[in-house]
Amino acid sequence: MAGSDKKFVRIDKKLVIKDAQKVIADPYRRLFMKKSMSLGALAMLSGCDFTDGNSVDTVLKAISRFNDKVQAWLFDPKRLAPEYTETQITRPFPFNAYYSEAEVRPAPQGYKLKLSGMIANKRDVTLAELHAMPQTEQITRHICVEGWSAVGRWGGVKFSDFLSRVGADLTAKYVGFRCFDDYYTSIDMPTALHPQTLLTLTFDGKTLPPKYGYPMKLRMPTKLGYKNPKYIAEIFVANDYPGGYWEDQGYEWFAGS
Amino acid sequence: MVLRSKKTKPKAEAPAVPAWLRVTHWLNVAAVTVMVLSGWRIYDASPIFPFHFPAGITLGGWLAGALQWHFAAMWLLFVNGLVYLILNTATGRMKMKYFPLSLKELWRDIKQTLRLSLHHDDLSRYNMIQKLSYLFAIAALVMMVLSGLVLWKSVQFPLLRALFGGYDTARVIHFICMCFIVAFTFVHVVMALLVPRTLKGMVIGRF
Repeated sequence: MAGSDKKFVRIDKKLVIKDAQKVIADPYRRLFMKKSMSLGALAMLSGCDFTDGNSVDTVLKAISRFNDKVQAWLFDPKRLAPEYTETQITRPFPFNAYYSEAEVRPAPQGYKLKLSGMIANKRDVTLAELHAMPQTEQITRHICVEGWSAVGRWGGVKFSDFLSRVGADLTAKYVGFRCFDDYYTSIDMPTALHPQTLLTLTFDGKTLPPKYGYPMKLRMPTKLGYKNPKYIAEIFVANDYPGGYWEDQGYEWFAGS
Repeated sequence: MVLRSKKTKPKAEAPAVPAWLRVTHWLNVAAVTVMVLSGWRIYDASPIFPFHFPAGITLGGWLAGALQWHFAAMWLLFVNGLVYLILNTATGRMKMKYFPLSLKELWRDIKQTLRLSLHHDDLSRYNMIQKLSYLFAIAALVMMVLSGLVLWKSVQFPLLRALFGGYDTARVIHFICMCFIVAFTFVHVVMALLVPRTLKGMVIGRF
């Protein structure tokens, strides 16, 4: 593939176009050729996997970053996602991760949540301490980037309460997550402080089961599913862009809903 | 070549198809093509009906690539569509070419079409079938953008979300609008090929 690409580039594009223009003077034929050429170009692009760093890829990634800014601008920190009733919960709630349900990893022995970065009190946090904080619940819609959606019931600590409690720098840009299933992601501070952003410890009134992210999952009804990390091992606050598992592969970073 | 020997016509009045319309038309063709082909790939990630689109006719290579194309071309579709609607209204072309609509004329044109006797002597005037199908295409594209907005930002646009019956219903509407646009495009291209002077008009402005 790489070899044939190089051969293609060596042909003088301008000369080829000039020759072609002589032949296709007739406007119908010119239009037909133009359309078939662009169709051909599209067909070639559909085979691309967007990892070979070509110019189309660069432009698309730049637009994706622009879209992140537009989404941050559209995000209203006070606007709430709709909440649903008990009967509207999707049962069973779908399992979703970058691996299959059979590969779910158990929480490490003596689990404690690590804190790092721009946080004043970096002491490890136990589950008992989190359970002792004021708890809240929500029944909200989880929207996956694939298009499907499902309604679930999550309970836990308001993330803004948690961040204040541990003395996180709330003026920082990012909150990042490292998970013990090797997943990682990061979010913007305004979303981290949104009233419906929840550090969840329960699902459907029971302790968060392993398939939904035990011991804890960050739940944000204002973001797509892949921004909601499960199996959180470490939370950090930073001003340097931390990226994410899917984000580093080409999925947009903001992914707001 | 023989084609070159044609005498250039003397410059006459303003072109029958104004330049802004030709430019927005072809930009729209590009935008809709990318939106539909990448949209098929996105649909395939989680089909709402029991079928999927063959990967070979989709754009983007995988879901992330398709989303990048979709969320890039949406700007072209939106801005170009807005420019078209503003200019079409401001120049009075919309009112002049499309209105008034008449059911009687529609019935007459349908009968003529079925008898294969519908004439296209004056291409600068739309018959009633054309008027309604172009308005239908514009409406489908507007619905496409609005339902797309509900899918993209369902939390941020609560009124729009309610109007489209919630996130999942908006997804179905978005899909149905796509079907309408693809069906319209098919008929539109067939008609343009049957009366090639219309295609010439949309390229150089004169029939």
